Amino acid sequence: MSTFEFKTPVSDEDIKKVHIGDVIYLTGDIVTGRDDVHHRVVISGKEPPVDLKGKAIFHAGPIMKKINAEGEPDKYKVISVGPTTSMRMEKAQAEFLEKTGVKIIIGKGGMGPKTTQGCIDNCAIHTIFPGGCAVVAAEEVVDVEGVEWLDLGMPEAMWRLKAEKFGPLIVSIDSYGNNLIENNKVDFNTKREQALENLKGKLSYME
Amino acid sequence: MSIPREQLSALVASFMSYSAGHLPDDVKLRLAQMKEIENEGFAPDIYNVMEKNMQLADSLKRPSCQDTGIPQFFARVGSKWPYMDIIEDALIDAVKEATAKAPLRPNAVEVFDEKNTGNNIGTHSPWIDWEIVKDSDELELYFYMAGGGCSLPGFSKVLMPLEGYEGIAKAVFEQMTTYGVNACPPCLVGIGIAGSSEVAAKLSKKALLRQVGSHNPNPKAAEMEKLIEDGLNSIGLGPGGFGGKLSVMGVNIEQASRHPATLAMGMSTACWAHRRAGIKIKPDFTYDFFTHKGAVL
Ligand code: SF4
Repeated sequence: MSTFEFKTPVSDEDIKKVHIGDVIYLTGDIVTGRDDVHHRVVISGKEPPVDLKGKAIFHAGPIMKKINAEGEPDKYKVISVGPTTSMRMEKAQAEFLEKTGVKIIIGKGGMGPKTTQGCIDNCAIHTIFPGGCAVVAAEEVVDVEGVEWLDLGMPEAMWRLKAEKFGPLIVSIDSYGNNLIENNKVDFNTKREQALENLKGKLSYME
Repeated sequence: MSIPREQLSALVASFMSYSAGHLPDDVKLRLAQMKEIENEGFAPDIYNVMEKNMQLADSLKRPSCQDTGIPQFFARVGSKWPYMDIIEDALIDAVKEATAKAPLRPNAVEVFDEKNTGNNIGTHSPWIDWEIVKDSDELELYFYMAGGGCSLPGFSKVLMPLEGYEGIAKAVFEQMTTYGVNACPPCLVGIGIAGSSEVAAKLSKKALLRQVGSHNPNPKAAEMEKLIEDGLNSIGLGPGGFGGKLSVMGVNIEQASRHPATLAMGMSTACWAHRRAGIKIKPDFTYDFFTHKGAVL
């Protein structure tokens, strides 16, 4: 297990250095996008309003607050922003990578075979930020540069964030087709069968 | 607007805001115990980030998780509580106020219109569950933030009685190994057992309102809680699903009589950020914030 510090735009060379279980701290451009953003880009086929090449997409629906900033009427601050369940984006993620050139996906829980293939094809990775740790994440965001598609509502909009040493991001899918959470699940399923076996006869409350 | 309505909504709004940023005492205690045990692999690092998050949420007065859920209230109203008429309006006002001030994330999406209302108020949002407590003049209120990730494993179904209690355990184990990793483990698992699916589902959520580490008063139910808890822990989901020595904060079961021909089960899960808060309010609006001892609103 190694630790890396990356800056956006992230290159293919950077991505090739990392394997599942490695940890990354990311500095630079992170854009939020979850169900609706993926729907718009992949299913409705809309052009993303910002260039996402080499950047990170963060599966997150933040709590934002408008602040009074001189000359900037639409300035926001992050109150709380943590990862949401990545698996919900499984259907659209690979195509999203292909269309946008995003290099790092940030979310929680694992993703499936389509995304794993998408990461191989587009030299990209999926990473996990510890779930529920949204204030830690908010404190690693140094600026909210702007927001796109706010008509989708606060959680679903595309927030453009500048982050510093954003992490820990634990690599769960690398660009070589390895999938940490899927590996874990195989292990969990074996242990589940064992646990069920151990319960046999112990819950016979019906006579 | 009547004075009691304002007083009640202001109190509930600060109670909600506080509980968005602070986990209840029993959950904090259990997480601290689990952190001691989880000393291998990714687990210690993740527990450290979780701990740092709790500290930052407290010092910065922020919601500890961005997903502040769909607001749900479980009201146990004393039959002698003098302000029956105002409770519902006061709770709705409180949700509006807490959403703006805490701030909470606006999560209420109107079904069919598919629009976020922007203030957590919508059709049956906040969700209010009512119970009447006889011979009491207090309002006992539980507030629960039902996040997306931790609501995802929830389900209820009706088993054939011959599937037995093992059938319930099997369904819970399967749900936890498939959806559990997305529910920000370690979770608290709530199980309801009854005669029909909606009763079982509701009881499973009520089970989550019980303290972590508490036991069902029926010895067999308490035994089943322990057996399922130990079984789930032997799977070792670890924090965040990265693997570890444990899986869950606990398993709570609640039951109602079943029909001879049905064995209905419901399951709800609470993530590690189990934002459950309970308060008892007297007619003069003095209160006991019993899930968060020493907290000042
Ligand atoms: S499961 Fe809980 S801790 Fe995780 S993101 Fe959802 S609300 Fe937050």
